[in-house]
Amino acid sequence: MPVENAIITHGHADHARAGHQNVLATQNTIDIMKIRYGHKCANSFQPLEYHKPLKVKDITITFYPAGHILGSAQILIENTHNRLLITGDYKTSSDSSCQSFELVECDQLITEATFGLPVFQHPKPENEIKKIITAFERSEKKTYIIGAYALGKSQRVIKLLRDIGYNDTIFLHGSQVKICDYYASQGIDLGKLEPVSHKKNKDFEGKIVIAPPSALKDKWSRRFSEPVICYASGWMSIKQRAKQSLVEIPLIISDHCDWNELTATIKKCKTKTVWVTHGREDALVYWCRKQDIDAKPLYMQGREEEQ
Amino acid sequence: MKKFSLLLEKLLFTPSRNRKKSALKEYIANTPDPDRGYALAAITGDFKMKNITASFYHELIKEHVDYELFKMSYDYVGDLAETISLIWPNTSKNNLYELSLRKFIELISKKSKPEQKEIIFDLMNKSDANERWSIIKLTTGGFRIGVSAKLVKLALAEYGNKSIEDIERIWHGLSYPYVDLFAWLENKSPKPKIKFSDMFHPMMLANPINEEKDFTNLKPSEFFAELKWDGIRVQLVLDNENKKIYSRTGDDISKSFPDILFNVSGNAVLDGELLVGNNFKALPFNSLQKRLNRQNPQKKIIGEIPAFVKLYDIIFEDGKDLRDLPLSSRRQHLSNWLKLNPSNRLDISQIIEFKDWNELRQIKIETTEKFNQEGIMLKSKNSLYLSGRPRGPWFKWKKNPLFLDTILMYAQRGHGKRSSYYSDFTFGVWNNDNVVPIGKAYFGFTEEELKKLDNWVRKNTIKRFGPVREVQKELVLEIAFDSINESKRHKSGIALRFPRIHRIRWDKPVNETDNLKDIKKLFNFQF
Repeated sequence: MPVENAIITHGHADHARAGHQNVLATQNTIDIMKIRYGHKCANSFQPLEYHKPLKVKDITITFYPAGHILGSAQILIENTHNRLLITGDYKTSSDSSCQSFELVECDQLITEATFGLPVFQHPKPENEIKKIITAFERSEKKTYIIGAYALGKSQRVIKLLRDIGYNDTIFLHGSQVKICDYYASQGIDLGKLEPVSHKKNKDFEGKIVIAPPSALKDKWSRRFSEPVICYASGWMSIKQRAKQSLVEIPLIISDHCDWNELTATIKKCKTKTVWVTHGREDALVYWCRKQDIDAKPLYMQGREEEQ
Repeated sequence: MKKFSLLLEKLLFTPSRNRKKSALKEYIANTPDPDRGYALAAITGDFKMKNITASFYHELIKEHVDYELFKMSYDYVGDLAETISLIWPNTSKNNLYELSLRKFIELISKKSKPEQKEIIFDLMNKSDANERWSIIKLTTGGFRIGVSAKLVKLALAEYGNKSIEDIERIWHGLSYPYVDLFAWLENKSPKPKIKFSDMFHPMMLANPINEEKDFTNLKPSEFFAELKWDGIRVQLVLDNENKKIYSRTGDDISKSFPDILFNVSGNAVLDGELLVGNNFKALPFNSLQKRLNRQNPQKKIIGEIPAFVKLYDIIFEDGKDLRDLPLSSRRQHLSNWLKLNPSNRLDISQIIEFKDWNELRQIKIETTEKFNQEGIMLKSKNSLYLSGRPRGPWFKWKKNPLFLDTILMYAQRGHGKRSSYYSDFTFGVWNNDNVVPIGKAYFGFTEEELKKLDNWVRKNTIKRFGPVREVQKELVLEIAFDSINESKRHKSGIALRFPRIHRIRWDKPVNETDNLKDIKKLFNFQF
């Protein structure tokens, strides 16, 4: 639903849409929107740096890094007697492919809850990515296709691979190329990347290919003979769910807070009121109330479950 | 426990059977006794801790985790072991502790419930999520990792460079942790000796005949033909006072049929079909169902529906293994044995005389249509008694299939090699102006046809439900099936047995297909 004035937290399709009049966002987010939706996807863009307050009438807007993807921001809206923080999608654990999360104290908090159940306790991503390398050492000739969302997840997976010393060329599904190029232009070193396009089956033996999850089950994946299907997502912690999506190596790598990060953030930001949205609201609302924090679910329009 | 939990995870996520087998072999090779034996027994379902059930874990979790949050989580995850393993708070102690399966079992066995709870609580704190999942699965059973006992046996055979037949013949007489078995596989000791009457012996099964191909190659004079009885396949293990009846899968069903065991004696292992009726006249399968799954039946029902066995084969006689004799000589042994050990509950399944396949076809049509037999069995006179379903020596020639024209309704993605194809098809028939589903089929088509079907499904999707697509009601599938029954579980009220896609009728308009009312009429008439 296009509006006159939109403040965009980050570039994912369920948060950033084309067609708004005026967009206020970080420079990264504006760049990403233009890459994905074209230069004219809004009438005007106003970039705002992290930590730089912007006065609008009697309120002040400040962006803080959300640690979700490159350019993702939490939005602090304050006046003299109230501080409201909208987290957007965020995670507090470390990620070298984007700006690190910063904790902001507030009076009212609107938090996401994608993984708002205590069964979600994300393991260390460094250990998860090692699963690929271990599998590699056992059967070198296979092609490993990692399903990862084109924006954010894909670059994070590549960066994690580079950080543990994987230096070989990584192949990309066509839809991943532009964003990876953009990340590289912003100083995120992703090493040697190459599009899959016209290569032969044999060129992929013993290689890693990154593709959007939808391509794993599509005709696209038939070009590889007996590929090993991997999938990087926070949902992969649920075994039967991972199994159902026919994943052979589930990588529990999430760009969202797990339960422990969510509850720790709520405690540390000293908020009196919590609005819970985007995900499993019930459990987090229940938890807040047990801690004597006022909490309510906030149902938003146009929200679908993020895979 | 760490190694075991990694094995389970690997087996769960590896789609290929061969790679699952390799993972098992690798585990066997790199794990000492008795751990490897316990692990295999847990996977095949032979090992389970009887006193630790789901409710044990419900109680445990109630004591340590907010139960409301647990319930919300369980509701979302859907599997108890997974929910508990994931919700258990992670601490820095994770991963620091290695416990062998032997130690775990020693630790937990023969303890009171409160002690067991304390032990499990302590272990859960020292484990990561995957190990916690393994602990719960190990104690409660039900792994759901897609590994059959057969696959475990194949892995064992390959590991020890033995034939699968050798493993099968002793398997049911072994008990975990199988130390004697591994010693034999590693050539450290002779093959474990098991008394014939201490175990169920895996049965020999038949393959369906391919009328076009097989009959041109097979010589009628080399085969015995007999009726295919419509009962349940059983094995009688008789060792004087020690007598047992096993089902085809090796379940001991002696308690359901005391009338048979009371009336038989001798020393043998016999293969046959369990039927009900008087004077060896078999009643329809419906009557037999009244005796199945009913332990210690009352005298009244035994009197009304007495059970008997039509004998096909003898595989042990006076402790001697006859399985490596040809069938013709086993049949000799069988009739001799029955003469010496007559019983009013044992009858021999007669051999049918025939000259050529055409004559046998005639006999088949008569017996299936007039006497409602299932079909004909063909067994090579030279066949040894091998476990499982070897291709070649035994055939079943079933009555001709029935056909219906139906409409494709939904398609679902397949598994393994077929995971990028829509290969599981739900089909339906007209019911007034709607199409109602009557069954599902996922074979009967060629690779070429699958590609065409897949393409058609993608182009004609009208709705998606996860991996399932609903399609335009425009494609006619001719379905073959063995029989049709009334069903309360299906909306349509009918259920097909063994449905498969016979032909894809690209040419046929959907309004010319069968409708539910007519189908019911047609087949009710047959019943």
